[in-house]
Amino acid sequence: MGHTDDPCAHCEEMMQPYLDHILSQEEMREAEMHLDECEWCRKRYRFEESLRVYVRMAVSEPMPAELKLKLAALRIPLN
Amino acid sequence: MAEAPSDSTRIATDARDRVRFEEEALELSDQVYRVARHLAGSREEAEDLVQETYARAFRSWRSYQPGTNLRAWLLRILTNLNIDRGRRAQRTPPMQGLEANDYFLYDRLTESDGGPSDEDRVVERLSQDDIVTALSAVPHDFRDVIVLVDIGDFSYQDAANILDIPIGTVMSRLHRGRRILKRELAESVAEEG
Repeated sequence: MGHTDDPCAHCEEMMQPYLDHILSQEEMREAEMHLDECEWCRKRYRFEESLRVYVRMAVSEPMPAELKLKLAALRIPLN
Repeated sequence: MAEAPSDSTRIATDARDRVRFEEEALELSDQVYRVARHLAGSREEAEDLVQETYARAFRSWRSYQPGTNLRAWLLRILTNLNIDRGRRAQRTPPMQGLEANDYFLYDRLTESDGGPSDEDRVVERLSQDDIVTALSAVPHDFRDVIVLVDIGDFSYQDAANILDIPIGTVMSRLHRGRRILKRELAESVAEEG
């Protein structure tokens, strides 16, 4: 079977654009129709979606409080 | 014809605009730092970069167009300072085969148990350290777009403006960069056994 004939391979190609919300209406319907009937792809989409959230949480560090004070001190005083 | 504003009025307006600018910029500092932390190589570098960025922004506040995206404007200054520091000296090495498949990481994380798994919990097999380390291992060109779009919530267009590259390049780097990140994560899982 050629790559483009494989619906799961096609669904995989749409995964990132789908999660980025940049698919056309038609492509989105196509992806969702396939996801409705394919557990294999559905699991992977769900994983990718939670991975994005998880990565964002994992790498988000609060700004050190002293840095905030240092930035405020950089303000140019009014004459 | 309207009379030219007096010097004192002009100075007062100027001071008010500048104070407003400084306050708006400072309100964004948490978000700027969050992105800077991963554009820079280390926490210390990120702190230096953010300070330099604000020092420069406060000096050149007049070149900011009110009403446009201030956060993107600050990040553009920060990115240019980062480049000035010679960070770009290193070239992105050619990537090898392992990023071939978008589901590589999922397969790696689920292959050990074989049984059905709860997709929302599979990610929890990655530690915070794994993720921070994997992100820092992604080459700069790719990491910059991931950090701006996926962590900083910038649009493709804002990321393109900040990095001064075409929007198509943002999209292709983002696509490949996410795969590289997943490859790095899969490697960290493999190393832990």
